[in-house]
Amino acid sequence: MAALDASEIGGVAEAPSRRRGMGPVFWLAVGWIAFIILIAILANLLPLADPSKMTLLARRAGPSAAHLLGTDSLGRDVLSRLVFGARSSLAVGLLAPLLGTLAGGALGLLAGYFGGRIELIIIGLTDVLLAFPPLVLALAVVAYLGPSIVNLILVLGILTVPAVTRVARAATLAVRERDFVTAARALGASHRRILLREILPIVMLPLSAFFLVLVAVIIVAEGILSFLGLGVPPPAPTWGSMIAEGRDNLDVAPHIAFFPSIAMFLTVLAFNLVGDTLRAVTDPKRGTS
Amino acid sequence: MLGFIGRRLIYLVPVVLAVTALTFLIASLLPGDLAVAMLGDQATPENVAALHKKLGLDLPLWRQYLHWLGGVLTGDLGASHRTGETVLHAIANRLPVTIELMVIAELGGLLIGVPLGILCAVRAGSSLDKAVSGLAFGILSVPPFLLAILLIFLFALRMGILPATSYVPLSQDVLGNLRSMALPGATLALLEWPALMRVLRSDMITTLQENFIAMARAKGLPQRRVLLVHALKPSSLTLVTIIGLNIGRLIGGTVIIETIFALPGLGRLIVESIYTRDFIILQGAVLFVAVAFVLINFVVDVLYAVLDPRIRHGRA
Repeated sequence: MAALDASEIGGVAEAPSRRRGMGPVFWLAVGWIAFIILIAILANLLPLADPSKMTLLARRAGPSAAHLLGTDSLGRDVLSRLVFGARSSLAVGLLAPLLGTLAGGALGLLAGYFGGRIELIIIGLTDVLLAFPPLVLALAVVAYLGPSIVNLILVLGILTVPAVTRVARAATLAVRERDFVTAARALGASHRRILLREILPIVMLPLSAFFLVLVAVIIVAEGILSFLGLGVPPPAPTWGSMIAEGRDNLDVAPHIAFFPSIAMFLTVLAFNLVGDTLRAVTDPKRGTS
Repeated sequence: MLGFIGRRLIYLVPVVLAVTALTFLIASLLPGDLAVAMLGDQATPENVAALHKKLGLDLPLWRQYLHWLGGVLTGDLGASHRTGETVLHAIANRLPVTIELMVIAELGGLLIGVPLGILCAVRAGSSLDKAVSGLAFGILSVPPFLLAILLIFLFALRMGILPATSYVPLSQDVLGNLRSMALPGATLALLEWPALMRVLRSDMITTLQENFIAMARAKGLPQRRVLLVHALKPSSLTLVTIIGLNIGRLIGGTVIIETIFALPGLGRLIVESIYTRDFIILQGAVLFVAVAFVLINFVVDVLYAVLDPRIRHGRA
């Protein structure tokens, strides 16, 4: 968690040449992400059973025509809960890194561009956050704040800020002294204009690749919190809480844990793959000739 | 060298102080009264007033913090209001389990990751390298609780050869203890090796292109000696840092793994203190983990400087 330590991920994808394109695996991953996002948005319109309707006569039933992926220990439709659970996972998984990327990106730009005391303060603050094992800090904050989807987005979003700040700062340092920035400065451009017009567009590339990797990390973190019963509160289904529920029925009905596990793994893998490939493409060190 | 350690030490003080402040301030995020939340259904006005007095909740926040910090500095982290157990006692009781789990995870991770890293570096670009690197990438996407459940399903439920949730203390029965640690240890080790393997592989590929390796080969030294004696040590610098960085992730991993496998470790202490709203234990345990994590990273930094003289003289 990583939980939240995204620096571990990455590095397996070689920068693909323009000619060869991104490869089929990349597009499969993109397709899966699009599919998951689509069904999460359209969940209400799909012909699905009510995710919280209990059919006590059909508990822990295996896959059948009535329940394509079976039912859980309360007789609720697993497929429907899976689709509605994607909503929680993606809401937290996309919004928390978005929050962290906006805040961390701004801090990193300022730290890298201005240097000096501003940099010292910003880096000092991120060091304090990095001093905590991320999952432990998330657990503690959620324990006090109480679990809700908004709190999860806030807490996990803030936890991603230090890592984003570092990425943004490093990228800013790399372009700060480039000729076009010096030229803009010589022309008398304001700091604001240099930051937003000259530096930001370039820093955006590594940041968006990093954002995708963070989405993967946060989906896992949200899964862990939900699994521990500290995530999005019931009755809203989440993948993590479905897996926790399935774990108690592992010996009689392994399918209850199996399907949400597969969904979560594929989603995390897809975001990692896309993020890593984009990072390889946008990494200036590897060159994209 | 001493100058380097001194500079890092001076930086350590404000970081640790800020960690204590943040740990303390998290508690004020609680909407409503801390004493009411802790007491739950036993929150009569008298009990609440008594707990207020005991915890000093009526004082202004900064005085509460100083009071608490004074306690922390003298080794008094308070005691659970439910069981009366002191925080230090609770931590000391559970710490060995967590340390054992982390050692098993790290050793297991190295045991798988180092040979595979060397193998992939030697055969970089081969189909074996691609298969192992692909597998490593895939494993980095596996959430820890998924792997734990999979292993429980396979080895405890299907094959029935290893226990899933029956912890045996090390002092009671060494073999039984290792059996009860097998599945949780394996879960974390299987998640650990990809990161280790990948940094070793990439560093080793760089090292193998150095002149002294060509020299060693030209002298006719056997491949094994070239790899293990000449190439491994200069390639393991980043590995040391990754092990240090990983400890933060590993602590997070132990929280969930200890909960799933019912191991009485520090991680489970944290989770249980949340379930029982035992905020004194929670606060103490979080502070302990964070400070330990800062110190471990300090040691890793120093170790890294010992191994690589360039760090000592460069920007620190």
